[in-house]
Order: sequence, then C-alpha cells, then structure tokens
Amino acid sequence: MTSTYEAVPGFVEEKQAYGETTVVVERERLVDAGLYLRDELGFNFLSDISAADYLGWGEQGVAGYWGSRAGRDLNAPGSWGLAKTPEPKPTRFSISYHLLALREGAPRVRLQVWCDDGEPVPSVVSVWPTADWHEREAWDMMGIRVEGHPNLERILMEDDWAGHPLRKDYPIGGEPVRFSGEE
Amino acid sequence: MGVAERVGPAGASGVAFGPPIYERSRIPQPTPTVLQVDPALLEEGDILTVNFGPNHPSTHGVLRLQVDLNGEHVVGLNAVIGYLHTGFEKSMEQKTYWKAITYPARIDYLSFQMNELVFVLAIEKLLGIETPPKAVWMRMLMSELSRIHSHLIWLGTGALEIGAISMLWYCFRERDAVLDLFELVTGVRMHTRYFQAGGLAEDIPPGFYDECRRFCELMPKAVDDYETILDRNAIWLERTKGLGLLSAEDAIALGQSGPILRASGVDWDLRRAQPYLAYDQVDFNVPVYTAGDVYDRYRVHMDEMRESVRIIVQALEGMPEGPWIADDRKVVLPPRHELHTSMESLIHHFKLVTEGYRVPEGEVYVAIESARGEMGCYLVSDGGPKPWRVKFRAPSFVALEATATCISDALIADLIAIVGSLDTVMGEVDR
Repeated sequence: MTSTYEAVPGFVEEKQAYGETTVVVERERLVDAGLYLRDELGFNFLSDISAADYLGWGEQGVAGYWGSRAGRDLNAPGSWGLAKTPEPKPTRFSISYHLLALREGAPRVRLQVWCDDGEPVPSVVSVWPTADWHEREAWDMMGIRVEGHPNLERILMEDDWAGHPLRKDYPIGGEPVRFSGEE
Repeated sequence: MGVAERVGPAGASGVAFGPPIYERSRIPQPTPTVLQVDPALLEEGDILTVNFGPNHPSTHGVLRLQVDLNGEHVVGLNAVIGYLHTGFEKSMEQKTYWKAITYPARIDYLSFQMNELVFVLAIEKLLGIETPPKAVWMRMLMSELSRIHSHLIWLGTGALEIGAISMLWYCFRERDAVLDLFELVTGVRMHTRYFQAGGLAEDIPPGFYDECRRFCELMPKAVDDYETILDRNAIWLERTKGLGLLSAEDAIALGQSGPILRASGVDWDLRRAQPYLAYDQVDFNVPVYTAGDVYDRYRVHMDEMRESVRIIVQALEGMPEGPWIADDRKVVLPPRHELHTSMESLIHHFKLVTEGYRVPEGEVYVAIESARGEMGCYLVSDGGPKPWRVKFRAPSFVALEATATCISDALIADLIAIVGSLDTVMGEVDR
C-alpha cells in the first residue's frame, strides 16, 4: 500500500508513532511540500511550529550502575539515566509543523524538517500566514535561521539579547540579574 | 463593506469553511502581523505614533502596541510581546515529569486546569497509561469549570474596559464561586495541580457534588443577568457591533481557534471534532456566529458558558464510580497508608519522588480545546525521567497575531475593545 504522503514534494520518510503521522521532507522543498499539503490534502490550518534541539541526545547513558557509556559513577544515581539508548537523530535541530485539516475527523500530520546550526530553513509565511510569529519564536528561542521571512526579529527576548535560550548549550541561570542592586 | 457578505458559510452542524486560497483577505502584507502605514499617508505627514502599553490596564498583562494614528484612525500597528517571558519551557526540561506538571498551570493563569490537562495527556500518550473513567469525567468537569472561570474574567474585564464597571463585580462574584469549588476539590483556589499522569491527585471530596449542583443552578441565571445588563445597553452594542472584523478565511489562515474562530463563522470545536476525555458521551452545542466582530465573540463566550454548565450537569449525573487514579506503581504514587506497612510501596514512593518515572522515547502533539482555543503540547522524550523538549501551542499567542488584521480602519477608542475581544492572556503569549 502506498502512502498518501509519498507524493509530497521533497518526501524523505514517513513515520507512524503513538497514532501520529510524521512526514519528513527535504528542507529546501519545504514550501512546495506545504503548498501540496494545504491545497491537495486540505491541511489548511497550521497549529504550531516547534523546533527542538537534539544536542547531547542520548549522551546521558543507560540507567543503572552498569551499562552506561561513561562507566560507573556512584555520585550520580544511575537510574536517572535512560531506559535504553535512544535512536540517533540525523541533525541537531528538528522543526515540526503541526498541521490540521478543518474537516470531519480532524486529521493531523506533523511535517518535519531537519537542519544543523546555521542552515537556513525556508519560511512558510506565504503558505500559512500564522507561521509569522511561530517562525520568529523558532529563531529567537532556538536560533533557526528562517529564510524569506518578512520580519525575522526576536519576539520574546529583547532585541539585543545574545544567544538562543532554548538551545541545550544555553545555561540555565546563566543570565545576568538586573535591578539586583549590583553594579 | 457589509458584514454579511464577507463571511463564509456556516451551518449549525458539520464543518463549513472557506476556500483554501485566501481571496479578499484583509491580512496585511507582507508581514501578516504588522499593519504598515500606507506610504501615501506618510507623505502627508500627519501620522502620530503612540505607544500603547506595555503597562496599561486594558492590555491584560504586559502587551505593547505601537500604534500609528491618522487623527482618530489606527493606520498602523505592531504588537511587541515578550515582557512576561519566564522561560517555562526551559525550566520544564530541568524537572522530572511529575514536578513539571506544576508549570503549565502558571502559563495561562485563567484556565489553569486545561493547561495542566494538555501536558498530562501528552505524558499519558507517551506512557500509554489508561486513566480510570472517574478521573476522565472529573477532568472534563474541572475543565468546564475552568472554561467558565476564564470566560467570566474575559467578560468582566472586557466590559470594564468599555465602561461597564458593574459587570466586573457580577462576574467576579460567580468566579469566586468557581474558585470555591476548586478549593473544595484541590485545596487551593488557583494553580491546582489536580491532574497527574494516571488520573487525579486526590479523590473527589464529599460534598462536592452538592456544591457543584448548586453552582449549576446559579450559573445560567447569572449568565441571563449579564445579558440583561449588556444586551440592551446601547453603549455596549455601539462599541462591539461591526468592530474588529475577521472573516472565516482570514481566521483560518491566521490559525485562530476557539471563540474567535467560531465567532467568524467556522463551526469548529476540538471537543466535537476530535473528542477527547468523555466529550463524545455528553450532549452539548457548539455556538457559531458569523459576523466575526467583537459582539459575536461576546455572544460565543456567553453561549459557551451555558453549554459548559450543561456539560457539568451531565458530568455530575454520569460520574462513574471506582478508582480515581490508575493502578500502576511505576508511575503513580502508592496510597499513603501503604507506606507504613509495605516495604515495596515505600521503595516505589521513594523512587518516584526522587527520580520520577521514565517516559518512553518519542514525540507527541496533543491538542485540546481550552477556553481560548486549541491548546497544544508538543512533548519530546528521550526515555529519561525529564522531558527533552516541551513546547506549548498557546492560543493567545496565535490570537494576538490577528490584531493587525482586526484593527485596520478602527478608531483608537475601539482598539481596546478589539484587543480585549481576542481574549489574550499575556502569560500564555510569552510563556
């Protein structure tokens, strides 16, 4: 049986998990894929764009005092580790476009592209105007370089903020505290 | 441009929506969320740029709008957000799942139960854990109470901004009744953390059913009272009708959901379109209005409060007996009394509290119909006890994107009514 999504431009693979469909496409053909999904398959509603950073994915090691890649460390409870080594990811970042079709049955699909740090991802504002702020957030929080966005500025952080806070290499509690009485 | 001709068709049942190509769109170009001043107007040199907010009582938090005015008319608008950014999503990555449940409630402090619910549902989807029916029904009941709570604050503050001060007191009277119910069930009035993976945190206390029934008798009358105050009030009608227009096509293109989408004539409610919890077992209507203006958004909110009461009454009637949390000792804390007698329970308790439970590897997106529309949670797990990535699809964040479209040609005095009608909670916008 052939998949509905194999005809999507730039189709790479289709994954089924937890009752959800993920369609991975080539980054360069994202806009074509979006237009196809919107116009041919009726996914007229973009719910959300979520970027995820997979830096250090799976490096935590396997649970228990044995079996971890880093060896035995009595100071860190081994059971804070993972149940098993997770599947490796193709690149550092994934950007997921959660699409919904406003029709009977409310079908959803996750359109996904992968990129490394600094690689541009085409903007889908022309396909779904609601992508505007979602893409700005992806840039602000994850440093995804969205190409062709009409107004790619920081959205949640200040304009002069350095770094992208939701990246895994961005420290928590590392920002300077303002108005604390210190110089 | 008349109201009727701009709106797509909508039926009382089934789903109706406009064509996917956005003809006759009012969405600004090239940036959908920024209304740019017409260059011809700029040359005349009569444009005044004012800063609305970030600290203004009618912005529902800290929203800043850069507004370009030509006389009284709004000709340019740019929304600046982020003043309330607290890094919830980053913080949640540092916490075990059961600790992280406390965070989503604080993202949207008006419909906190639903935010908890969407995160808990996402965890449960990854865990594959079955929730007992009593917990499912109680979750539905609490969500609807939460919806009423959120709508009441929307109505009270929205009317206050337009000048109907008394509405605030009436709405907060009923809101307090809802909060009393929350306190009765969970021990706290807000940010209840009542839902957790597998079910509820506590059993439903004795006396709740009676109190809740009393509330269900009182609430529809209260909604009638609100309508008596507002619906024949000439000022209210003048200041809401025909303002902040959003067509069905534009609403879909801008990803609007919830009352905004339904006020624009799109018959869409996730409770019915993709039933979760026990919504497929209760009877309720989805109010749809077609003008897409502030008044119709108000109408949708009012009707939804009545429908929520109907759902609550049915949930009280149909509430199943039985356990309120799943019997899964690897995820759910053992009952307190067992800790004194059972070594195994003590170990489970200790391990769950110190290390949390591991959630299988994978990524899920769960969406529910919150008071403001589609509340989504994208959860990535690497198989460990802490979430790898949590992202919330905040309906308020998306609703604010529509400001520039709704506002074009409006008067500065209507700006407040229009922004207020989008029902945004800045905590959720900025997360």
